[in-house]
Parts: sequence; structure tokens; C-alpha cells
Amino acid sequence: MSATTISRKPTGRDGGPVTYFVALLLVGVCVAPVVYIVLGGFRTNAQITTDPAALPDPWVGVNYMAVLKSSVFWGEFANSLIVALASTAGIVALGLMVSFVIARYDFRFKGAMYSLFAAGLMFPMVIAITPLYLVIKDLGLVDNLLGVIVPQIAFGLPTTVIILVPFLRAIPNEIEEAAALDGMSRLGFFFRMVIPLSLPGVVTVGILAFVGSWNNYLLPLYVLNSQANFTLPLGVQVFSSQYSTDTAKVLAFTSLAMLPALVFFSVFEKRIVGGLTGAVKG
Amino acid sequence: MSDTLAPRRATARRRGRTRLEIAVLSAPAVIVFLAFVIFPVALAAYYGFYRWKGYGDPTDWVGLNNYRLILTDPAFHDVLWHNGLILVMSLAVQGPLAIGLALLLNRRIRGRSTIRVLVFVPYIISEVIVGTGWSLMLQSEGAVNGLLRGIGLGSLEADWISDPDLAIWTLMAVITWKYLGFAVILMLAGLQSIPDEIFEAAQIDGASYWQIQRRITLPLLGPTIRIWAFLSIIGSLQLFDLVYIIWGQYVSGTAGTSTMAIYMLAQGRNAGNYGYGSAVAVVLFVISLVVALIYQRFVLRRDLKGAVTEGTV
Repeated sequence: MSATTISRKPTGRDGGPVTYFVALLLVGVCVAPVVYIVLGGFRTNAQITTDPAALPDPWVGVNYMAVLKSSVFWGEFANSLIVALASTAGIVALGLMVSFVIARYDFRFKGAMYSLFAAGLMFPMVIAITPLYLVIKDLGLVDNLLGVIVPQIAFGLPTTVIILVPFLRAIPNEIEEAAALDGMSRLGFFFRMVIPLSLPGVVTVGILAFVGSWNNYLLPLYVLNSQANFTLPLGVQVFSSQYSTDTAKVLAFTSLAMLPALVFFSVFEKRIVGGLTGAVKG
Repeated sequence: MSDTLAPRRATARRRGRTRLEIAVLSAPAVIVFLAFVIFPVALAAYYGFYRWKGYGDPTDWVGLNNYRLILTDPAFHDVLWHNGLILVMSLAVQGPLAIGLALLLNRRIRGRSTIRVLVFVPYIISEVIVGTGWSLMLQSEGAVNGLLRGIGLGSLEADWISDPDLAIWTLMAVITWKYLGFAVILMLAGLQSIPDEIFEAAQIDGASYWQIQRRITLPLLGPTIRIWAFLSIIGSLQLFDLVYIIWGQYVSGTAGTSTMAIYMLAQGRNAGNYGYGSAVAVVLFVISLVVALIYQRFVLRRDLKGAVTEGTV
């Protein structure tokens, strides 16, 4: 046996036909419903009624055109985008600052502060939602995008702190000392060295925050009342009950609503998967 | 005298400046977190002792009455049972399936990274879209029944959503579809963190493929499996979106798919009983916390040892 044929990863032996068959089956099962939604948007309601599980014949673009021309879709798209961008910016900024403090300053409540945020993982939004809604109501933020953004920032902080603190702690002390010798203040060090050096962690955190916000349903459901303020998940739900007889249009609306998350995912696939598995493995 | 005082003053000034930096950098996050995460949870505990419609200050103190009502309500027993069933079934179905698929996909096959992306797609799509899509496909005149008719299995056609004997299994199928990819990706990451040398050594010692999987891979995959199971348990206890989108508040009650979180929304905010809803939230939280603590104490102890010592700065 020559050296090159010795497999580097013995468990990763070559897959036989069974492997390919199972892999294909799995991918088929995972993707088929998504493909159904996308293709369904290219059919007419008559086609869907005659045979609910068939390919478009002929292909029609009217459903997608109708959705793309509707101001409702674009309004909700804009709301989702505003909420996602603002939440992401808030989570990254606040999370980076507090993680920097926890990772690189010495003070009495450091451990307590870390535990506080780590404990936050135990409080998912479902549990806090009723009183959270009351807090938002008291602040006058009901039916206001800020009423979604600010709580999303708060609930995004635990994961952020847990991902970023090890990142920031890994920056060697020598770099900080060198920066101090060069007359750079601690804050100058933060802006000019820490942020660039922790960029991979920041990107991961940012992507998780964006996708989480884009897909969030529960909080907008409680907080936003008027259609002008709806985000896409709420919009999809309302649209599908309003046009419950127009299945093709609902499918077109639904696939256009999921498109941004899918594009975002395919662009940042490695980081999302790495971030999730990294976050889970601690 | 003066030459010892000056540096001390400088040190004090520097310490003051450090304190200021700590305060400025950490205050926004800590305040937002306390105000929107910790405070509402504490409020829930407080409101839970009142009969309260959400207007003005709660005054109608009912002690533990809300909790007594929840724990004796047959509807709550139902939702508790549903959550328990979902929890056990998720672990029993997704766990072995994910491990098997990860072992398979860890082999050298063409297009592995593409497969991995596609398997992850259901996880990345929002619950609302998944729910809307599946509820259309699962209707009596939907694509699932159409497909069954098309391949000559018309006798299997069913009312997947509203038949109370079927609905919970339909829900399990959708949950499996949505979250299996996440489990597979986690297991794959776990498999790849096992050093190759171990397998090489076992192979040289003459271990067969299945012996390697059973005696080496599975035990070394233990931490990943245990963390995944923890996430799955917590997720099962707090399941809301999918059920609410596909079944809604009322059908989920008659079809037998409603969960504790649905019960909380229906009996709390939607019924205008904020005190009662808060008490349900507390019950949901206590159940999750107790399950999580027991799990951490008895299952995750070994895995967390490193993380905790690293974690406590």
C-alpha cells in the first residue's frame, strides 16, 4: 500500500451506493417542501386544485409579480430589515463592550456579571413574553418597531457574551502592553486593536443576531398591531389567512419572504454552522 | 514624602479612570438586559399572585390560587402531556437518526459540503414559513394527500391536521423535519473534532468498522450528544411557533397538539387574564429550570466541568 492510499481519516471511508442513496433521500426530504413552496408560486390555483403535488404547467409569473408589486410586501420587508439591522447593531455594540470589560478588566463583580449573562440563556423569550409585553406597554412602545428591537437586543446578549468573551480573552497581553507603551489608552486599544482582532467572532455573532431577528415571530406578534408595522413573519401569517383561498399567491409570498434568509445563509453558511456548533460546544 | 504621594495620586486617578471605563462600557448592556430580561421574569413571579386584567396596578391578591387552578386544570394536564410526549419523541427519533446520518455523511462522498448546506435549510427557515408551507401541504386537499394518491397509496390519505388521533404525529414529523438538520450538523462537527490518530490506532489493532463506531466514536461523541439532547429538551418544553402557525389557538386544543406556551397565550393575554398568564409563565419556567438543573446535575456534570471552571473568569 503506498502512502497516498492510506486514508487520512479511516472513519471517513469512501461511501458506497447505500451512502449516496441515503444522502440523496435525506436531501430530498429536507428540500422538497421548500421546492414545493417556490414552484407552487409559479402555478395557478386551478392547477393546484386539480393536482396539488405537480410541477407548474404552464409556468405563470403573475403570483410573484403581484407580490413584488404590492406595497404591503415591501413595507413588511423594510420593517424586517430595519428591525434586523438595528437589533444586530445593538447586540454587537453592547455585547462587544460588555464582553471586553468581562474579558480584560479586573474588578470585583466580574464573575457575577458573566454569570448574570450566562444565566440569561435559561430565560427564553417565551417565558418572559407576557410581562415583557407589559413593560413594553408601559414604555409606550406597543406597535412601535423599537418595542421589538430593544428586547431583541436584550435577549441576544447572553449568546453574544458567551461567544465573544473567550475571543477577547485570547488576545495576547503582549499586544495590549505594546499598545500601552506606544501611548495608546485602554479605549484606544479597544477601538484600534480589539475590534479588528475579534472580527471573526463579531461576524458570527452578527449573523446569528440577524437571522434570529429575521425569523422572530413571537415578539412581533405581541408588540406590533397595525399592518404598516408588521415584519415579514407576521405578514406571511396574516397574508395566508387573508388570502386563504388564493393558495398560489400565498406560496409566492411565502417563498419571497424566505428568500433573504436563504441567500444570507448560503453566503455565510460556514460561519453560521461554525457559530452555532461553536456556541453549543462552549 | 511628596515623591511617594504623587505616584499614589496617579494610581488613584488611574483606578478612577478604569472604574469609569468599566461603568461606561458595561452599563448599556447590563441595563438593557436587566430591564428587558430579568425584570419581566421577576414581574411574572409577582403578577402570578394576582387576579389581574392588565390595567392599573394589580390589587386583587389571590395568593397561590392561580397556581392551584393551573395545576388542577385538565387542559393544562393535556398540554403538559403533549410537551412531555414531544420531548421524549424528539430525543428518541432525532437522536439515533442524526447520529446514523452523521456517521454516514462523515464518509468521503462527492458533494459533501453541498449536502451539508441543503440538510441545514429547514433549520434556517423561520418557523412561520415552515408552518405556513406545511399547513398548506397537509390540508385534506393538499400536496401530501395528492402525492399519496399519485403514487397509488390513496388509501393512506388522511386529515393530517385536525384528526386528533393523527395530529400529534403530524407535529412530530414536522418537528423532525425542521430540527433534524441541526442535530446532524452538530453531530458532524462533533465527529470531526475526534482526532484521527485514535481511529488509526484502533484500525491498526484490528478493530472492525462497527467496533470502532460502537466503542470509540459513540463514547467520544458523548459530549456533543448530551449538549444536543439538552437543547432539544429545552426547545421541546418551550415549543410555540410551529403549533401556533399550523394549528392555531383553537384547533390545537381540539386536535391535541397544544403546548404549555400555547396555553399560556390563550389563557393569559388572549383571555385578558394577565395574572393567570404570568402564573403559567412561572410554571413553565420552573418546569424548564428543574429539568435543566436535573439534567446538568446528572448528565452534563462531566461535560460542564471544564466549561464552568473556564467560565468563572
